[in-house]
Amino acid sequence: MFEDLSNKLESVFKQLRGQGKLTEKNIKDGLRDVRRALLESDVNYKVAKDFIKRVEERAVGEEVLRSLKPGEYVVRYVHEELINLLGGKFQDIQVAPQPPTIVMVCGLQGSGKTTLCGKFARYFRKKGKHPFLIAGDIYRPAAIHQLQVIGKQLDIPVFSIEGEKDAVTICRKGLAEAKRLGHDFVIIDTAGRLQIDEAMMAEVERIKHEIQPTEIVFVADAMIGQEAVNVAKAFHDRLAFDSVALTKMDGDARGGAALSIRAVTGKPIKYIGVGEKMDALEPFNPEGMASRILGMGDVLALIDKVQSEVDLEKAKKMEEKILKQTFTLEDFLEQLQEIRKLGPLDQLLKMVPGADKMMKGASMDERELSRVEAIIRSMTPQERRHPRIIKGSRRKRIAKGSGTTVREVNRLLEDFRQMQKMMKKMGAMQRKGKALGKMMNMKIR
Amino acid sequence: MFKKAFEKLKAGLSKTRKNFLGKLGDLIRGHTTIDDDLMEEIEELLISADVGVHATMTIIDRLQNRIKIDKIKDPSLVEGLLKAEIAALMGEGSYELDLSAVKPYVIMVVGVNGVGKTTTIGKIAARLKQEGKHVILAAGDTFRAAAIDQLEIWADRAGAQIVRSQPEADPAAVAFDAVDAALARNADVVLIDTAGRLHTKVNLMKELEKIKRVVQKRLPAAPHEILLVLDATTGQNAIQQAKLFNQVVDISGLVLTKLDGTAKGGIVIAIKDELNIPVKLIGVGEQVEDIQDFDPHDFVEALFA
Repeated sequence: MFEDLSNKLESVFKQLRGQGKLTEKNIKDGLRDVRRALLESDVNYKVAKDFIKRVEERAVGEEVLRSLKPGEYVVRYVHEELINLLGGKFQDIQVAPQPPTIVMVCGLQGSGKTTLCGKFARYFRKKGKHPFLIAGDIYRPAAIHQLQVIGKQLDIPVFSIEGEKDAVTICRKGLAEAKRLGHDFVIIDTAGRLQIDEAMMAEVERIKHEIQPTEIVFVADAMIGQEAVNVAKAFHDRLAFDSVALTKMDGDARGGAALSIRAVTGKPIKYIGVGEKMDALEPFNPEGMASRILGMGDVLALIDKVQSEVDLEKAKKMEEKILKQTFTLEDFLEQLQEIRKLGPLDQLLKMVPGADKMMKGASMDERELSRVEAIIRSMTPQERRHPRIIKGSRRKRIAKGSGTTVREVNRLLEDFRQMQKMMKKMGAMQRKGKALGKMMNMKIR
Repeated sequence: MFKKAFEKLKAGLSKTRKNFLGKLGDLIRGHTTIDDDLMEEIEELLISADVGVHATMTIIDRLQNRIKIDKIKDPSLVEGLLKAEIAALMGEGSYELDLSAVKPYVIMVVGVNGVGKTTTIGKIAARLKQEGKHVILAAGDTFRAAAIDQLEIWADRAGAQIVRSQPEADPAAVAFDAVDAALARNADVVLIDTAGRLHTKVNLMKELEKIKRVVQKRLPAAPHEILLVLDATTGQNAIQQAKLFNQVVDISGLVLTKLDGTAKGGIVIAIKDELNIPVKLIGVGEQVEDIQDFDPHDFVEALFA
């Protein structure tokens, strides 16, 4: 029953696209489905209602009726409105004019605050800051220790006071220590709290008052439901937080709560957490997210990634090799590594339009790739260049060396042979295409 | 199991009740006839409680059917009918854990990150200990920083024994050792903690399958209970979670946590309707005693009482 919002909207607009003209009725039909899709993605009931109203007002216009492809107009309106609602361009965490910059992280229990603190520390150190962590969660068993372990992993200092019962004192002393040591980026982890817990809300208010953070980040789990609105509003009323971080975005929750939180607080989402590892933090991209919601895929983000990680020189050489049919297992290995540099495969695929749907059910096993890599690495350079020479005993040796089985080695060799065959065809087609193009050009002239 | 007083449960659910009843009462009083407006407002109420579009439509369809068949005109009767329809969706029956049947009774606890698995285990352990049971905890979350220490603190509080290993050790081995220890020490219950994992991570889900398989090597009938912990604030994604965890390890029941907030946890209605997985326990706070049996009747009563 549950599909992601993008799949839903894709099918909705496919229906709209099939129709010649946009009438008031079929807009309403289409938008009812959009509304349903939004609700199934946990966009708040009222937020979804307002959103639909705005789109409807814009869509039922003469301009649209005159157009040839009315469905596409609606897609554009929905898309634009989503971007509007999510907020414009990316804004980074504010930097204090007088260092240190102090970032305070707050939110419900289990939203991922402590992990996010570690990610922030790592991220901003990479940007040239000198981070300092303060462990302000004195309630959850082992929460302080959790931050200490993270700090140790990252080699970033963590301030805590053993046995201290007052979080405000810890924060005040921690800040003094950070200043004394000359750190310019202080991150304060606070305990998770329910927005209706008066004593706990008063505590975090006191911390704010005492510390005067440069930026207060409200952390929300991407899987949160209709409650997102109440929780965000209550935290905002008490703390007037500056920005939002959405965690656990690597799951399959569409994060409709992002729209809701933005709508009720007006505060921008700045960062998203996309995994349990410390480097799994990304700037929030409203266009990308809106596109992703609409099933257009986060192509922008993918292009960014490819451009920053992939060696273009290498890619060009690879292309030549494919055309000249001199592509070997060595090249294959190299390419595999280029792809893996981009990040986990399932995340990459999510950025490609339609891939999500196509790959549904097919498991993207990262370890499978590791095995392929191990097999190729267990071959001699000669074997990689001329896989034909790999016979029985070589196969056995390769399987042993890579910790796999002969069957797996066989399968890889067979797959590679198929791939070479395909490349041959592609190369041939390309050459023909070029020749044809030349002829055409001549004729035109 | 937890036959004790339901003070906290009532405190927890009363918030839900106040919120829901207040709105439902006001809403119905504002209507003199049963019309589309009333239905739309009920729809909003249910969706706002995270019941979900699909289950909400089912409930409203059934409600409208009843209204038509019984030729009901008085809006004040709608509340009772609505309650009955939800109760029907939730099903009847008792969901008590039966610990007397086997020894050791092995309970494995799974769920996505941050839902409260370790806390839930601590609370269950404390209650069982109070009932005089010999409890062993398996520190199976060897991944998250300090998760083992967190469970150890809970074991101390509860007076339970703990079987632990080094961080990043194989959780299946920890679980195996815990069951082994339980057999050797004649313990009553083993509670296996596991690392939080998103249901979409294929490898991590395979790891869960492995833990179960390895435990069965030591005790073929175990785990006797596999509980999926759900955060009451979770929206529609909870259905996906239940579905995928169920595919991998056969969930026997849900624990609905964080019900002491304003979240209503309406998604369990959809999960029961769609996957027929019952809620067995609810979490209503961070203290040792803040765990209670779930009673579907009470739950529905509390929503509308």
